[in-house]
Amino acid sequence: MTGAPMLEIRNLDVRVDDKPILRGLDLTVNAGEVHAIMGPNGSGKSTLAQVLAGRETFTVTGGDVRYDGRDLLASPPEERARDGVFLAFQYPVEIPGVSNVYLLKAAVNAVRRHRGEAELDAMDFLALVRSKMKLMDMSDELLYRAVNEGFSGGEKKRNEILQMALLEPRLAILDETDSGLDIDALQVVANGINALRSPERAMILVTHYQRLLGYVVPDFVHVLSQGRIVKSGGKELAHELERRGYGWLESQAAPGAASDATR
Amino acid sequence: MTTESVERFVADFSRNAASLPGADVPWLARLRRAALDRFVARGLPGARDEDWKYTSVAAIAKRPFAVPVHSDSAAVDVDGFALAGMASHRLVFVDGRYAPSLSHIGRLPAGVTLESLAHTLQAAPDALEPLLGEDRYQTVFAALNAAFMADGVYLHLPRGTAVAEPIHALFVCTAPNAAIHPRNVVVAGEGTQATLIEHYAGLDGAAALTNAITQLFVGADASIGHYKLQQESARTLHIGGVHAAQSRSSRLESHSIALGAALARNDITTSFDAEGCEAELNGLFLASGRQHVDHHTRIDHAKPRGTSREYYKGIVDGAARGVFNGKVVVHPGAQKTNAQLSSRNLLLSKSAEIDTKPELSIDADDVKCTHGATVGQLDDNAMFYLRSRGVDEAMARALLTYAFAHDVIERVRVAPLRSMLERVLVERLPHGGHIRELSAEESLGAARHV
Amino acid sequence: MSLPAPKLDDLISREYRHGFVTDVEADALPRGLSEDVVRLISAKKNEPAFMLEWRLAAFRHWRTMTEPDWATVRHPKIDYQDIIYYSAPKSGKTGPKSLDEVDPELLRVYEKLGVPLKERELLAGVAVDAVFDSVSVGTTFKAKLGELGIIFCSFSEAVQEHPELVRRYLGSVVPYTDNYFAALNSAVFSDGSFCYIPRGVRCPMELSTYFRINAKDTGQFERTLIIADEGAYVSYLEGCTAPMRDENQLHAAVVELVALERAHIKYSTVQNWYPGDKEGRGGIYNFVTKRGDCRGDDSHISWTQVETGSAITWKYPSCILRGDNSVGEFHSVALTNHFQQADTGTKMIHIGRNTKSTIVSKGISAGRGQNAYRGLVKILKSADGARNYSQCDSLLLGDRCGAHTFPYIEVKNATAKVEHEASTSRIGEDQLFYCRQRGLSAEDAVSMIVNGFCKEVFKELPMEFAVEAQKLLGVSLEGSVG
Repeated sequence: MTGAPMLEIRNLDVRVDDKPILRGLDLTVNAGEVHAIMGPNGSGKSTLAQVLAGRETFTVTGGDVRYDGRDLLASPPEERARDGVFLAFQYPVEIPGVSNVYLLKAAVNAVRRHRGEAELDAMDFLALVRSKMKLMDMSDELLYRAVNEGFSGGEKKRNEILQMALLEPRLAILDETDSGLDIDALQVVANGINALRSPERAMILVTHYQRLLGYVVPDFVHVLSQGRIVKSGGKELAHELERRGYGWLESQAAPGAASDATR
Repeated sequence: MTTESVERFVADFSRNAASLPGADVPWLARLRRAALDRFVARGLPGARDEDWKYTSVAAIAKRPFAVPVHSDSAAVDVDGFALAGMASHRLVFVDGRYAPSLSHIGRLPAGVTLESLAHTLQAAPDALEPLLGEDRYQTVFAALNAAFMADGVYLHLPRGTAVAEPIHALFVCTAPNAAIHPRNVVVAGEGTQATLIEHYAGLDGAAALTNAITQLFVGADASIGHYKLQQESARTLHIGGVHAAQSRSSRLESHSIALGAALARNDITTSFDAEGCEAELNGLFLASGRQHVDHHTRIDHAKPRGTSREYYKGIVDGAARGVFNGKVVVHPGAQKTNAQLSSRNLLLSKSAEIDTKPELSIDADDVKCTHGATVGQLDDNAMFYLRSRGVDEAMARALLTYAFAHDVIERVRVAPLRSMLERVLVERLPHGGHIRELSAEESLGAARHV
Repeated sequence: MSLPAPKLDDLISREYRHGFVTDVEADALPRGLSEDVVRLISAKKNEPAFMLEWRLAAFRHWRTMTEPDWATVRHPKIDYQDIIYYSAPKSGKTGPKSLDEVDPELLRVYEKLGVPLKERELLAGVAVDAVFDSVSVGTTFKAKLGELGIIFCSFSEAVQEHPELVRRYLGSVVPYTDNYFAALNSAVFSDGSFCYIPRGVRCPMELSTYFRINAKDTGQFERTLIIADEGAYVSYLEGCTAPMRDENQLHAAVVELVALERAHIKYSTVQNWYPGDKEGRGGIYNFVTKRGDCRGDDSHISWTQVETGSAITWKYPSCILRGDNSVGEFHSVALTNHFQQADTGTKMIHIGRNTKSTIVSKGISAGRGQNAYRGLVKILKSADGARNYSQCDSLLLGDRCGAHTFPYIEVKNATAKVEHEASTSRIGEDQLFYCRQRGLSAEDAVSMIVNGFCKEVFKELPMEFAVEAQKLLGVSLEGSVG
């Protein structure tokens, strides 16, 4: 944890269709850290995740975001991806007609090209992907199906982590990766995430429940409420929220946060 | 020959114009004249008209159809066509005219109008002026109907009202070569509910020309059920149009069951004029002997968030011919449209013929639209299954054919109508006698999913 | 979907790759069409009497016909008297005997087109019968094919060298009475390809023809006739490019395929017509009649096509399934962008017993493109046991384009099974974002999804054509993202 932070968000304001969602959000993340962002529904957690990835339906109306000291918001989504930003989607979309293995190979090679590394041919890629699939306890059969088509909820989430393992991002943002998973699936997904923890990598786990955090233990926990971070702490904060809910924090919201509903 | 026929209609109009309901209402007289002029200008459709490609109306030109002279309606026996086991409002029309002695309208919620259209045209026609003139799909036969329309059902539901019992409109003909032009108008206000059953039945030997137009104006949040049951004699010619216009979040369910007539042609259309509309169009047609049955449907998704489901099945036997054309049109901007159409057809004999054409015209991209059409035979696997359970081949065929048709009848919500249709189906289908013996639910359950 | 401003402009203003005009002196007739013009064309080609008679009969019949009018295809009226019907580059001799004798200027033209004949000859082993503005120039591999008894030459040459074959089969699949453009073509066709595969012979290489429309106002009237005798097999490739022009150009070709007993003809087209500029001006009118006759039992004809561009397309490759157990296939990708219009489809006519047809049509509409599929599956009374499966899928990119499906299904036989399905989809913003978040550019993402959509059709194409088809789609979709 020496040197400049990997990610610095300062006073970020984000709107969608003229409705303000994030209002003056601040966050600093260093390499090697795992941060959990928790909060009630409608607080803006997913918005934060998507804005960092570059989703154009959201408009940034104030503040800035620096990734390795550079303005992240100035790059289109694919450039951010090639620079090592990864978003594991809350609702991974289906892409009929495009096989999973095809998309994975195209993505891996796009990143490798960007880094000046040699692209992988079909054989090498297949070997690589098979080894990672073992890690995620996924069957080969999913490789040749169209992306996420007919995948169960658990399979979709595991596919996201598989992609993360293949793309080796520097900043991984996991958007409610635990939602809709049963205990077994959750364990497999958590193992995959833990296996990817490293001093060079930072992770942001966006989650509503404490459940995932029991398996993937965070270094920092932040609570997002009405568009800004209202409390930060260590992993114990997650347990406290589990016991007390979010209500007590909302009344403690920092002065200046408007009381109109963001639902 | 067709020009002769057109002239015959014109002459018939001159003879009858003065005695048509509302003859003394200036706008109505003008409307009728203008409609007749349109009919004359276009004449009867021929094979060169894309919409009549497979259906010839030459038969109309061959007989001297004319507005029938009033007959003694009391002598007509319509009990066989009644809907047993359920309270309903019944309006009977004999030779195109309302027969009060055979009809029965029960108690209606306050403000609801349910009456003979002839009465409305005579007593309070002005409310109808904007409605009767509306003729979105200007077919030649709609124009002919506008000129000659004499009677039909007029239903007006003011905001928030609901008529719980189905409205059964029964049309029978007794006069030879009667040409009747029923016009039914339903105006459903906001949040209303009602079910209309249009029933065209043939007394034996009758040979009529029925040219019926039904207009359904479905208001916002209203829910209208509509059934058209066409059960006429083998010598009747039936041309019908059912045209609906739907307002915001309204729902229309329209079923067409076509069982009889030498020539039957139904144009069923609805237009989603505001967001969030829903339409379900179901249809079953059985053609045998030398019958010709033609359905042309059209759903206009003119606004976003509309949902349509269309499910038509045809069974063609003998030397008969079935025609189906289902158009779904998604207009520019009609995003989030969800449209499905299915046309499934069985050919039972060597000389039977089917022409089906499901059409999709899409000008918006955020939509889910699919359609499918099949023409084929009874499923081999299902046949084998039944026979392996001891059912002989003829019976197996009968059961599966019945199951194929019953699939559509199952969607009929009015219980006595459904029962009546089941009975009629059993009588109409080949080997119907076998089915009657074995119509236990369990056997049907197995055969159902053809 | 917005890319940073400079990139988008760059994409939109990419010039049409093959836009150029060649300056070779053309031996052209004056404009207009009359019986004299027909006689002149026949005389210039030194045709035997039966050909002239056939042309004249066709011309006279054309005079009695009226131009067809289709609802969904809009075009300004064509003035048939305002077209030059014959244009041949002067070469000073009666015809080149080998590539060495071909006008070097012409060879350079082929280079520009990306069809370097010599390279083709060496690497791909594909025989190229290059048609340049109404006259055939150069045919490679004639000798090799000759050893097997395969005839692959220009139509003009076939009329000279194999008149009995031409006479037997010409017009037997598309008679000049068939339609307006077939009649016109039969009267004034200038050249095309002729191919005959003898009994039991499997043609060892893909046969291909490249041709362009060049001289100002020259309509292109190609005539192709391919005959596969009993048990023969041939795979034929047709690919076209056209230069950038301001005025519309007319293209009315006729392709006849005859498959005798147990023969198999595979006909593939990858077509890259000048599409008209962004306002829809200046494209090609493409009215083509393509028909295959599965004449013998167990015969098989497949049509595979990838089409992009073209201001107006009107083509219905069809199969007449006459022989018992014969099979007809149609696989197609049609892409319209900007203001392009396409009205395409197929006809499968089932006549014999146990015949089978498969139709897979993929339409991609972008910009303000309009794509219409018009198909006919007709099962005649005699067609016992006929089977058809059709699938028509439309992909819409953007909310200002349109897709229309008009499948006609006419069944007169109760033992037939016909199944038709159609669906519509789009590339959603969330799918694009997903791919971009994985590092793919929007362009690549669209390309990947479009290729996935067209997979089923591409796999029917011969390998090299498949690669070209994919590149073609990529080029044609430029500017559709955003």
